[in-house]
Amino acid sequence: MNTAASPRIGLFWFASPQTFFPLAGKMVPLFSLLAAGLLLVGLYIAFLVAPTDATQGESYRIIFIHVPAAWMSMFLYLVMAFWAAVGLVFNTRLSSMMATAIAPTGALMTFLALWTGAFWGRPTWGAYWVWDARLTSELILLFLYLGFIALQAAIDDPRRADKAGAVLALVGVVNVPIIYFSVQWWNTLHQGASVSITRAPSMATTMLWGMLVMALAFWMYSIAVVLHRLRSIILERERRTEWVRELLREGRIK
Amino acid sequence: MLRVLLQVIRRDLLLAVRQKADVLNTLFFFVVVVTMVPLGIGPEPNLLRAIAPGVVWVAALLAAILSLARLFANDYADGTLEQMLLSSEPLTLIVLGKAAAHWLVTGLPLTVMSIVFGVVFDLGLQETGVLVVSLLLGTPVLSLIGAVGAALTLGLRGGGVLTSLLVLPLYIPVLIFGSGAVGAAASGVAYAAYLLLLGAFLLFASVLTPWAVALALRISVE
Repeated sequence: MNTAASPRIGLFWFASPQTFFPLAGKMVPLFSLLAAGLLLVGLYIAFLVAPTDATQGESYRIIFIHVPAAWMSMFLYLVMAFWAAVGLVFNTRLSSMMATAIAPTGALMTFLALWTGAFWGRPTWGAYWVWDARLTSELILLFLYLGFIALQAAIDDPRRADKAGAVLALVGVVNVPIIYFSVQWWNTLHQGASVSITRAPSMATTMLWGMLVMALAFWMYSIAVVLHRLRSIILERERRTEWVRELLREGRIK
Repeated sequence: MLRVLLQVIRRDLLLAVRQKADVLNTLFFFVVVVTMVPLGIGPEPNLLRAIAPGVVWVAALLAAILSLARLFANDYADGTLEQMLLSSEPLTLIVLGKAAAHWLVTGLPLTVMSIVFGVVFDLGLQETGVLVVSLLLGTPVLSLIGAVGAALTLGLRGGGVLTSLLVLPLYIPVLIFGSGAVGAAASGVAYAAYLLLLGAFLLFASVLTPWAVALALRISVE
């Protein structure tokens, strides 16, 4: 009841769902605002400032969505595995909830990277899809995310779901580099695509800036959405505890 | 230590011999899947020769997945698995034994059967040899990685489909290098590197996966 009366904020103070819930509530609007602001600036640079590409024309502008999404998709998998591992080792519920909250956003980013990649590939290579090493690895990453989500969805007991997901995420993390390099070797062996996305022309600095701002915007968006989802997961899992009931009684959450 | 390992393998082999249908069904499945491919794409010999390694390997993957369900399910149902978890012997060793037994009743028969497919798809002697060696090195990895998926999905509804969803993406490196080795042999390139990498995967998996399986089993049974 009076845990809030002891304000000795250590490293593990916010490791409890009860203390993290209000903090996350404050962080969500902050990061949403940052995301919206950066997105406006990024899109402004992307559409109005950045010059038209000499070889690809206007179609290259999809890079401002595509590259940040691809970055986030890979980075979020690592973050997810990190929190899952922390949850497995220290048995902290919040860390596991964090991993669960990250998975859908990671999958979304992977899907976005693939989808925008297809639309970018059509005008530049003449095909929506080529079996390029990067495209294939990204597709496999999507499978890994979906496997994680499916496993957790199939388990009714949340603690078992947390731990099983953590084992899967860790096995996945060990495998990701192996998969990546084997797919690359497979691609060079089969010599499928005659076009390569690795030989990108050197970029104008405004393009780079636009991409960096957009990447930051994607970061902020991911943080905001993940924290919001985390709050929902906390409420769902802790719905029988006294503090959640109190919040409900006071009408502070709708 | 070695005695425990051998004892677990012996027990699982004995169980497999008593229930021959399970083992034979997996092998039959493998044969039927491979047979369907020429019927689906036509009897053109050059085309079939080119895709044979990939077809055989994909069918082996599917057969391995199909047989994963019985790796722990029966022991889980009759309580043997709990005894294994409580045992004073290291669980990783027991798990390794079970994976080895699983390979002996699925991977090894598939490997032997692939010789026939080498003949049927008109592969040369060398290509068939490489195919057999690649399966010999690769299928134990399938059993080991598959054991992680089987342990994680133990007792879940829709476990079989879920296991394939979890495990198939992790099988990709084995598939690539397994069929790659045969492809390289067929086009006259050096194929030793592929087989060496498969061997590396096998060592890597046999060291690391037993821990993951043991952990997953403890999570699933607790």
